[in-house]
Amino acid sequence: MAELKVNIGNLELKNPVMTASGTFGYGIEYSDFINIERLGGIFVKGTTAEHREGNNYPRLAETPSGMLNAVGLQNKGADYFVEKIYPEIRDYDTHMIVNVSGSSIESYVECAEKIVQLDKIPAIELNISCPNVKEGGMAFGVTCQGAAEVVKAVRKVYPKVLIVKLSPNVTDIAEIAKAVEAEGADSVSLINTLLGMAINPETRKPVLSTITGGLSGPAVKPVALRMVWQTYKAVKIPIIGLGGISDWRDAVEFMLAGATAIQVGTYNFIDPTASIRIIDGLNDYCDRHGFNSVSELTGALL
Amino acid sequence: MKKYVLNMKVTENLRLHTNYCLLKLTTDEVLPEMLPGQFVNILVEGSSRTFLRRPISINYVDRKKNELWLLIQLIGDGTRQMAKSQVGDHLNMMLPLGNGFGIPENGLQDQKLLLIGGGVGTAPMLYLGATLKEMGFESKFLLGARSKEDLMQLDEFEKYGNVYITTEDGTLGEQGYVTDHSVLKETQFDKIFTCGPKPMMVAVARYANSQAINCEVSLENTMACGIGACLCCVEKTHKGNVCVCTEGPVFNIEKLTWLN
Repeated sequence: MAELKVNIGNLELKNPVMTASGTFGYGIEYSDFINIERLGGIFVKGTTAEHREGNNYPRLAETPSGMLNAVGLQNKGADYFVEKIYPEIRDYDTHMIVNVSGSSIESYVECAEKIVQLDKIPAIELNISCPNVKEGGMAFGVTCQGAAEVVKAVRKVYPKVLIVKLSPNVTDIAEIAKAVEAEGADSVSLINTLLGMAINPETRKPVLSTITGGLSGPAVKPVALRMVWQTYKAVKIPIIGLGGISDWRDAVEFMLAGATAIQVGTYNFIDPTASIRIIDGLNDYCDRHGFNSVSELTGALL
Repeated sequence: MKKYVLNMKVTENLRLHTNYCLLKLTTDEVLPEMLPGQFVNILVEGSSRTFLRRPISINYVDRKKNELWLLIQLIGDGTRQMAKSQVGDHLNMMLPLGNGFGIPENGLQDQKLLLIGGGVGTAPMLYLGATLKEMGFESKFLLGARSKEDLMQLDEFEKYGNVYITTEDGTLGEQGYVTDHSVLKETQFDKIFTCGPKPMMVAVARYANSQAINCEVSLENTMACGIGACLCCVEKTHKGNVCVCTEGPVFNIEKLTWLN
């Protein structure tokens, strides 16, 4: 039995396997299928200062080994989260981390200020990489200056663990990671979805109501892995790797490339027990390869 | 209701028609409680272009044989792959998902109920009709399709109530759409349940609304997770966008914005 604990800044995780925002609801949705308290953490659905209806249907297009989504941050707003959802999830014995999004620097700050007051939320994941909203979202995540400005502003009001979720839709993700590290981010998570598109040849129309959407699933894994490796060489803060992880092999690859922890995202839709299988698989891998602690895998690429 | 992930074993695969198959499946354990109108989300293996699970409505639950029936229309690669299942194969499915139809309360057995199904949308009407009969309700089925050969399981429906039929080409029953059928003029129904192509359900909803008949529709918006996590299958309601998988798939038409 290997030691599975890892640390993201001063946040200790019981194991490196977490679930990605927007793929796992608030955890409760999966509690019939798995013991969600076994997870290292749960990144809950993207939350904004104000209620958002999201984009029009259709929001989904299936692709070989993946899917495009155009949800557009549908959520009931930070106040609703604080009043209605937080009391339902606060007592689970795992870290509930809120994914915070906004359309302006002020709205990111406003949302972070509301979440920081919640004792049992030890960290936020700043989403500067959502490709499905017209304002804000990815706009902040595709330039070093934009990313730095929003992290700087949120850092001032958020003293707990600040994770910044990066967009892959950039020329050099390592430069963005360095920019947010310089503004005091405790960790970066990558990657968010890749901008993509689908067309129905029969109707000659786009499949998604928004025409373009975010690609996720096993199809994006090699791209995500490459970006984690590049970022690992560029920053000192811990990296949370995600993008197409579907089994323990993928998780091991991300850690070898430099991730300290990982998130399981889209694959939760295919196998709601995938995250738990990955925890068990990581442990077996460490035992087979003689690693006393899973943390030894981080950056152990030969 | 508690949800499960089960590996169900195929006991029969009946090709009812070129484009339809009826899969019967069982497990070693007693099947969990399932309500008419609920659905399962099935993992499709062996199809390189299929990634997501396929939501399929519950066609019938045979408690005596501990069997679940699924009527599958072969539309794309995923459903074609499922239709290739052999007896003894296993299909992994999440179930039961969503909410069932609003069955009238006990004591209201004199209510006149009409179950309207179109195409593969007839599937959930069988289990609904069977359940209603077991509870002492008398229901009528109104089934519509393009042509005679697109109508499945008529002998099964006849076990649970009178069956009325429309076909667009007139090869069986009355020619036209379900909303043209004479049974609608002969009987004043108290409640209509419907499932089928959206234009059909909208027409049924409009008819029901014009006659002040309570009406429930079952939607099949494209979805990924089936449990309210991905937020992809949304339908506009008077309360905003809601997930069809968790708030539906059955909706009373009063909640939807179709009639505005």
